[in-house]
Amino acid sequence: MVAAVAAAAVTTANPLTCSLFPSQGLRGTTSGLQWTKRQCTRKASALTVTAKFELKPPPYPMDALEPHMSKDTFEYHWGKHHRAYVNNLNKQIEGTELDDTLLDDAVLITYNKGDPLPAFNNAAQAWNHEFFWESMKPGGGGKPSGQLLQLIERDFATQFGSGWAWLVYKANRLDVGNAVNPCPSEEDKKLVIIKSPNAVNPLVWDYYPLLTVDVWEHAYYVDFQNRRPDYISTFMEKLVSWDAVSARLEVAMARAAEREIEEARKRKEEEEGNFTDKEPAEIFIDGVADDSETD
Amino acid sequence: MALRSLICRKTLGLASSSGFKLQFRGLQTFSLPDLSYDYGALEPAISGEIMQIHHQKHHQTYITNYNMALEQLHHAIEKGDSSAVVKLQSAIKFNGGGHINHSIFWKSLSPVCEGGGESPHGSLGWAIDEHYGSLDALIQKMSTEGAALQGSGWVWLGLDKESKKLVVETTVNQDPLVTKGPLVPLLGIDVWEHAYYLQVKLFSKTIWSLCDAYFSFLCDGRTM
Repeated sequence: MVAAVAAAAVTTANPLTCSLFPSQGLRGTTSGLQWTKRQCTRKASALTVTAKFELKPPPYPMDALEPHMSKDTFEYHWGKHHRAYVNNLNKQIEGTELDDTLLDDAVLITYNKGDPLPAFNNAAQAWNHEFFWESMKPGGGGKPSGQLLQLIERDFATQFGSGWAWLVYKANRLDVGNAVNPCPSEEDKKLVIIKSPNAVNPLVWDYYPLLTVDVWEHAYYVDFQNRRPDYISTFMEKLVSWDAVSARLEVAMARAAEREIEEARKRKEEEEGNFTDKEPAEIFIDGVADDSETD
Repeated sequence: MALRSLICRKTLGLASSSGFKLQFRGLQTFSLPDLSYDYGALEPAISGEIMQIHHQKHHQTYITNYNMALEQLHHAIEKGDSSAVVKLQSAIKFNGGGHINHSIFWKSLSPVCEGGGESPHGSLGWAIDEHYGSLDALIQKMSTEGAALQGSGWVWLGLDKESKKLVVETTVNQDPLVTKGPLVPLLGIDVWEHAYYLQVKLFSKTIWSLCDAYFSFLCDGRTM
């Protein structure tokens, strides 16, 4: 478990945007990482400024993950699938309010609280794939393995169509929607393995993603055909970038701590406000509304 | 006891051709149905490599897991363990659905030399023209529906038993067509990536166009 929070600068962000992660400089040391939000490139023409999402190249050459993930697979996965999601997203958002947002925000806005808008699939898949490339590195894998590997293999080997497997940092979120945990404790801050179907990612559940494995068949079919368990164990043992995971966890814990402080401050303000307020807060006892009002 | 064994052996003999066996406990197990054509018989539309992996690996895995889930269900029912019964439903739906759907799929395909590719005739041909205008229109509709499906699933041509009309439907994952209503599956197309992905290099188009090309090959009146 990571102990101290990194000394890198952490930008304060809109509470909705909970995913800060390093830019492409993952190959450097932890202390050298710069923390930025996903940027969209802006193209200025003479008359209009439009923000288009770009297809970033992966942080290593296409053949760098061989023999565990073939160059063929990578070229198709990045060059066809990922590119299509980005291009289609840009077409869908042109001229809309999403034309001027960050990708993280686009994912949350288009998720639309569980009633996804048409652009959600492309936005989320664009986000997921970029996160996936950054979850791997040449010469990756190794520790920690053991129980984590077993849990992931157990949960994702079978009975699952297209989707993603995630390691997330779940701060004080309950499992129900985006409910706030009324009795937060240190034990609730934990790492959890979850799976999501199709394009969904844990940003929409207000979790902090740390690691992902693409388990759509296109991610492994050329190299492993139907042998998904082999693909997952190869990913864990040979590909995963634990540096990236650690760095993301540090940021996630810092963000969660900031949010706790902010929420505590708001609660305190509300309580103090209530003492001076003329109208008391409504209290529901046994399902019956108590409409007592002061003069 | 001896009489029961005798009956079961006879029943085994009768039942073996239809792909399942009755064991003495009365528990059915299912087995991989044979294809009526060689793996390479559908080339170049679908490669022999894909057909073999699809049949021997994917379909077989669904059957294996379906049998396991049924056995576990049998035990759970015997013990009156409702939690276990409910918990097994998703495995039964996924794997049983996979077996049902793929069994239909193999019959939806036919080599050209055995009539694959011929336009539908008779009452089916008439019904397609009546409901969709033309076979091309039906193919277009199924291609569009299939390409639009996000993730894994199936595209179907079915008959609504109540309205007596043809319908084009999609199902997700391995959900069989019956989950969408009183529908009889006439033609099913597997849109899981495993159904076509090994041939992706043969096409210089995007993956979405690959779906279109794939559908055109399959929907080309092949067994209608």
